Amino acid sequence: MRKSIITVPGFTPEEVRSKIGFCEQLKGGVIMDVVDAEQARIAEEAGAVAVMALERVPSDIRRDGGVARMSDPALIKAIQAAVSIPVMAKVRIGHFVEAQILEALEVDCVDESEVLTPADEEFHVEKRGFKTPFVCGCRDLGEALRRIHEGAAMIRTKGEAGTGNVVEAVRHMRALKSGILALRGLDERALAKKATEYRVPVELVAWVAEAQRLPVPNFSAGGIATPADAALMMQLGAEAVFVGSGIFKSSDPASRARAIVKAVANFEDPKALAEASTGLGVPMSGLDVRTMPEAEKFAPRGW
Amino acid sequence: MSRDVTVGVLALQGDFAEHADALRAQGVATRFVRRPRDLEGLSGLVLPGGESSTMLKLLDIQELEAPLIAFLRSGKPVLATCAGLILCAKKVVAPEQRSYAVLDVEVARNGWGRQIASGTFALRTDARSGLPNPLSGVFIRAPRILAVGDACKVLATRDGEPVLVRQGNVLGASFHPELESGHPVTRMFVEMVGATEAKRVVVL
Repeated sequence: MRKSIITVPGFTPEEVRSKIGFCEQLKGGVIMDVVDAEQARIAEEAGAVAVMALERVPSDIRRDGGVARMSDPALIKAIQAAVSIPVMAKVRIGHFVEAQILEALEVDCVDESEVLTPADEEFHVEKRGFKTPFVCGCRDLGEALRRIHEGAAMIRTKGEAGTGNVVEAVRHMRALKSGILALRGLDERALAKKATEYRVPVELVAWVAEAQRLPVPNFSAGGIATPADAALMMQLGAEAVFVGSGIFKSSDPASRARAIVKAVANFEDPKALAEASTGLGVPMSGLDVRTMPEAEKFAPRGW
Repeated sequence: MSRDVTVGVLALQGDFAEHADALRAQGVATRFVRRPRDLEGLSGLVLPGGESSTMLKLLDIQELEAPLIAFLRSGKPVLATCAGLILCAKKVVAPEQRSYAVLDVEVARNGWGRQIASGTFALRTDARSGLPNPLSGVFIRAPRILAVGDACKVLATRDGEPVLVRQGNVLGASFHPELESGHPVTRMFVEMVGATEAKRVVVL
């Protein structure tokens, strides 16, 4: 039988129910980046399960350069007023005051995101002190477990945001899965060694070894631009997807948003995926991650 | 419960896996419902939590709405939680949206507040319901029941307000019984499925 989430190491029973429980409600859904109330309404109308409120989508942050920060509260409030689905917003890695502000604004979930410019090179936000659930990015199992140990109630693979290129999301999801698989059947000493390597308590590693999954929902983000990309990440094991620049940087956002929602619901049905992929106009233009200078990549931010 | 009894869990979006876990913990076989044919032969159905506006879109996309409404009206047991309760209500506000009217209640979406207001609360249960008193209930951006019609029986309240109702064989909860250890509400639903199946066997 599937291991129950009723007890997760490091989480109180109340945190499991209300924080992880909230994230469970988003499974099978598409979370869309939006920069104003109008986009938020288009996303909700298309069937988005939540929206991420931000001032610039990742591809624009990439283009503009400079320091990317938490959004203006006025923008977040306008988006909260426009839709009935959950509203998320991003804080810089380690910027716990931005997180305090988002909690005061009653956002439903805080994304401690590598897309914004990190504020602390040593510590991520200590997420346990917050009542609001946090989502954090990861590139592999160790990074995922460190974030969960800090209190993240949801993990998303980082991918490389703002590129329209799914290759990094795939790399990170495969790394996460093979990390989980590698724990199977390990004895106590081997698990303890892994816990040391990952810098997390052995109880957390043992939980994952036994359950063969993360104790929090595992979503995917970064570079998803088409219905097929979304279904690819779902087939690789994501439980929901974040789509950033992919929707509102395409030629027909409403149709593309609906198509991605349909693709996630039918991720194992190629005929439905063919229908969802038909006649969507031009996707966002993509970037080749291989030719991108290391300093311009978002995913290595965080540790 | 006999082996040919299968309970469906609407699995378009939301915490359908947790509902399936809770049902299996009661020894019930489950099936995820994503297409009309998945409803065939089920003895009961769970409508899980999630986002009701997203579920309405997906019911449309999957051409599942008409068969789902037929199932909801069939008299077979239904457990509708959170978003599921919204789908089953007679009237939905904040904002208004379509619903299937198998529970004579009016609900306000997110009526108990945003995620910051989510948490576990002690619920008072009806003494004849067979449920523990108090009952622990997890509310997550939960719908609030604003009005209950005569055909609907209130089985549990939070601070005096209805949060668990039953009309015929449809059980509706604002909270998440699948996230609570022991699953007393799920057990009650499974007993409803068992009783309905027993009657059906007698009629046959």
